[in-house]
Amino acid sequence: MPDEQVHEAGSPERGPTALPEAREHLRVAAMRPVLETPRWWWPAVIVLGAVVALGVVAWAVQLADGLGVAGYNDQAFWAVYEADLVAFIGVSYGGAVVSAILRLTKATWRAPLTRIAEATALVTLPVGMLFIVPHLGSPQRIWELVWPPYWNLSSPILWDFFAVSTYLLATVIFFYLPLIADLPVAAARLAGRSGLRARCGRLLYRALGSDRELGVSKRRLIEGSIGLVAIMVIPMAVSVHSVLSFAFASSSRPGYLETIFPVYFVVAALYSGIALVVVAVAACRRLFHLETFIHPRHFVRLGFVLVAFGAAYLYLTFTEYLIDGYSGTAGLAAWVRQDLTGRYWIPFWFYFVAAGVVPLMIMAVRRTRTVGGVVTASSLVIGALWVKRLVIVIPPATEPLVRSPLAAGGVLAGNWGTYHFTWVPISITLAATAAIPLLLLVVFRFVPILPIAEMEELESYEEELAEAIEITAASAPLSPGGPPGRPLIPPASACAPVDPPIGPPVRGAPGGVLGFTPGQAGWPSLRSGGMGVADTPTGRQPFGLGGWR
Amino acid sequence: MSWLTDLDPGEPGENGAFGASPGLDACPGGSCASGSACATDTCLVPAGTDDDDSSVSRRSFLRLLGLGAGAAVVGTGVGLVTYREYAAAATTNGTAKGGMVTGGAAASMADQASPPTHQWAMVIDLRSCNGCKSCTAACQKAHDLTPDQTWIDVFTMTSSTGKEYPFPRPCMQCENPPCLHVCPVHATFRQDQGVVLVNQTRCIGCRMCMAACPYQARYFNWNAGTVYPKTGQQADAEFPVPQRLGTVGKCTFCVGNLNNGLLSECAAGCPMGAIYNADIISDVAVNSMGNTVKLSTFLDDNDAVTFKPSQNTHPRVWYILGHGQDLDADASQDTPGASS
Repeated sequence: MPDEQVHEAGSPERGPTALPEAREHLRVAAMRPVLETPRWWWPAVIVLGAVVALGVVAWAVQLADGLGVAGYNDQAFWAVYEADLVAFIGVSYGGAVVSAILRLTKATWRAPLTRIAEATALVTLPVGMLFIVPHLGSPQRIWELVWPPYWNLSSPILWDFFAVSTYLLATVIFFYLPLIADLPVAAARLAGRSGLRARCGRLLYRALGSDRELGVSKRRLIEGSIGLVAIMVIPMAVSVHSVLSFAFASSSRPGYLETIFPVYFVVAALYSGIALVVVAVAACRRLFHLETFIHPRHFVRLGFVLVAFGAAYLYLTFTEYLIDGYSGTAGLAAWVRQDLTGRYWIPFWFYFVAAGVVPLMIMAVRRTRTVGGVVTASSLVIGALWVKRLVIVIPPATEPLVRSPLAAGGVLAGNWGTYHFTWVPISITLAATAAIPLLLLVVFRFVPILPIAEMEELESYEEELAEAIEITAASAPLSPGGPPGRPLIPPASACAPVDPPIGPPVRGAPGGVLGFTPGQAGWPSLRSGGMGVADTPTGRQPFGLGGWR
Repeated sequence: MSWLTDLDPGEPGENGAFGASPGLDACPGGSCASGSACATDTCLVPAGTDDDDSSVSRRSFLRLLGLGAGAAVVGTGVGLVTYREYAAAATTNGTAKGGMVTGGAAASMADQASPPTHQWAMVIDLRSCNGCKSCTAACQKAHDLTPDQTWIDVFTMTSSTGKEYPFPRPCMQCENPPCLHVCPVHATFRQDQGVVLVNQTRCIGCRMCMAACPYQARYFNWNAGTVYPKTGQQADAEFPVPQRLGTVGKCTFCVGNLNNGLLSECAAGCPMGAIYNADIISDVAVNSMGNTVKLSTFLDDNDAVTFKPSQNTHPRVWYILGHGQDLDADASQDTPGASS
C-alpha cells in the first residue's frame, strides 16, 4: 500500500514524533487547499471552465473561417495574439524573480511566497505558449516547428520556439525541486483518505518520488540543485523575452527595428510578472487563509520590487520614444506621433498612467502602501502592460511602407492600416486569463500551497511562528481575511500524529553544492506589524533591508 | 576581365534588337540565341551547382565581386554586365543555402545540374504609367485574388516638387530577400531563376515574412469565404491558385508564363506598355506593346533605379523615372539609418 511506504518516508531514526504546535500549524495551512474543498471551489471551477470553453469555441470558429474573423488584415498582420503571447509569457516571469532572484539575494522573507510564485509561472508559461496556436494561420502545420528537416535556423520564430521550450522545462524543474522535500508530508496527510482525488493525489506523489528517502546528503543535493537551477533560470528568463523581442526587432519595420527591444521586453516581463505574483498571492492568502504566513509586509516589499521595475520600464519607454521621435526620420516619427497624439493615444496614455504613474504614486504615499494598494497597483500593471504590448505590436504593423512622406499629411501620409477587435480574440484572451486561476486551483488541489520544508528550515522559524500564531489568534476576529466564526488555526489535537518529520534539518550546514541554502536569516518577523495593519516597521529595519541579507 | 569590355553597352538600339514579338522567346530551349548574351553566358557557367569544395572559394570570390556590383546597383546607373555576375553569385548562394528547401519545395522546380538559363527581372517605366491599375486587375483575375490582395499594387507617390505620380509595386524578387531569411520552415524559397516563391503547402502562417518585407508585398489569406476554390486546379508554388486559407501569398512574377514564352499577367495587361518582363541572362526586356529592348542598355540609358536600395535587398525590379520623380529620396526616408 502506498500509505505504509509513505510512513517510511520520513527519517526512520527519528520516528513519528508529536510535532510542535507551530510546525503543525504550518503543515495544516499548507495542506488545507488539498484536504478541504471550500464551498466556492466548484462554482469557481465551473465559471472559469465556461470562460475557457468559450475561448475554445472562438478558436474553432477562427479555425474554420480564417484569421480574418479575429480582425486581422494585411496591414494589421500582427495584433492581439502576438500581444497576448508576449504578455502571458511575460507574467510567468514572476516565478523566476521571486524564487530565483530573491533566493540568490537571500531575501528570506520570500519563503512563504515561493510556491505560489512558482506555480503561477508553471501555469502561465504553457498558457502563453499556447497563443502560438491561434496566432498561426495554419496551426495544423505547427508540427513543422519540431521537424528538424524543415528548420530554418535563421528565423527568429524558431529561436523563440527553442527559447520558450527550454524555459518551460526549466520552470517545471524549478517547481519540482523544492517540492520534493514536501512530498512525504503531503503524502502522509493524504493517507487514509478515500475518494478519487485522494487516490490520484497519492499516485501523483508516488510518481513524483514521495516514497524516496531523503537523508541529509540528498537534502543538500536538492538544495544545491535548487541553487544551480535558480542561477540558470535567470539568464534563461532574460533570453526568452530577448528572443521574443527579436521577432519584432529583426525586421526592418520602423517601430519594430529597435535595439532597445530586448531590454524593454525583459523589464516589462519582470514588471508584469511581479504584478501577477502580487495578485496571485493576495488571492491565495484570502481564499486559503494564509494570513498567518503572508502579511502586509510581504506585499509592501513586493510592491517596492514592482515599482523598481516600473520605474525602469518608464525610463526605457521614455528613451525609446524620445530618440525615435527626435530623429525625425519619417518612418520613426510617424509611429511615434501615432502613439503619442495619433490614433493610438488612448491606449498609450492609459499605459502611461496605469502602469507608469499610478503604481509609483501608490507606493510613494504611505497611506496607500497597503495590501489593497499594492494589489490595486498590480492589477493595473497587468492590464496596462497588456495594452502596452498592443501598442508595441499594432502601430508599426499598420504603418504603410510604400508611401511618400512628402505627400500631404507629412509623415502620417499613406494608407495606414487598422485593427478592429472582434469577439473572437477577446474570447480567446479571456479564456487564457481564466485558465490561469483555473489551473492554479487545480495545482493547489494536489500541491502544498506553502513550501513546508523551505519554511521549516529557516532558523527563526519555530519561535516566530509560535508568535505569529499568538498574534493571529488574538487578531483573527478583527482580521479582514479571517472569516468570523471559523478559527484560522485548528487546535493541535486535530493534527495527525503520524506525520513524518521533514528530515534532519540542514540548518548550520555549509550549504548546498553552491552554498545557496535558502536563507540563514529569519523570514520576516511579525513582531513589528500586526495583521491587517499598514506596514509600520518598528524595531526592525524598514522595508527591504530587514529581509535582504 | 576582358569579357567586361567584350560587350559594348551602347551597341543595340532601344527598339527591336532581338525581334519584336511580345513573347520572351529570345532564349528558347535553354540555349542562348543571342550572341552577345552567350558571350557572357560562358562566364556564368562556373557559378552553377558543381562540386562543393571548389565552389566555396569561388562563391566567396563571387560574393566579393557581388559587393562591388551591389555598390553599382545602389547607384542610379546600373552596369548590368557587372551586375550579371552578381546575379549569378546571388543565385548560387540562394540555392546553396536553401538546398533542402528547394528540394522539397516545388515539384515543378527542376533540380537541374546545368546553370539556369533565365534570370527573370522586371522594368517598370514610370514615364508611361498612367495609374490605371489594369495590372492589378489582370493579376487578380488570373490568380483569383480578393480585391485586397494586390500582388501588384499601384500606389500614389508624391515627388519632391509636390507632383503626384502612380507607382506600381510588384514583389521585388529580391536577391537578398528578408522574407526568406525569417521564414521558420523554409516555406519561402528562391528558385534558380531568381524568383522568390511561397510553398503554400508548407507555410504555417506566422506572418513573419510580412513583418520583414520592406515593400509590403505580401498578402495573407485571412478569410475562408474569399479563398475561391478553382475546380481542377492543382496549385503549386509557381502558380498558387487557388490560394490556401491561412497562408501567405505574393507576386510570383508569373514565372510559369515567362518560361512558356508569355508575358506576366500584369505586363500583358498594361495598356501603356509600362511594365517590361526581362531576362538578365539573355539581356532582353519586353513589354505589352511588343517593344523589345536590350535590358542593360535600357537601364543604363534611362538611369534606372531600384526601390529602397538602402534596405540592401537587391531588387530585380527596376524603375525608370523621368518626370521629376524622386523615388530614392522618398524611399530612403522610410528607412531608419538611411541617408538620402
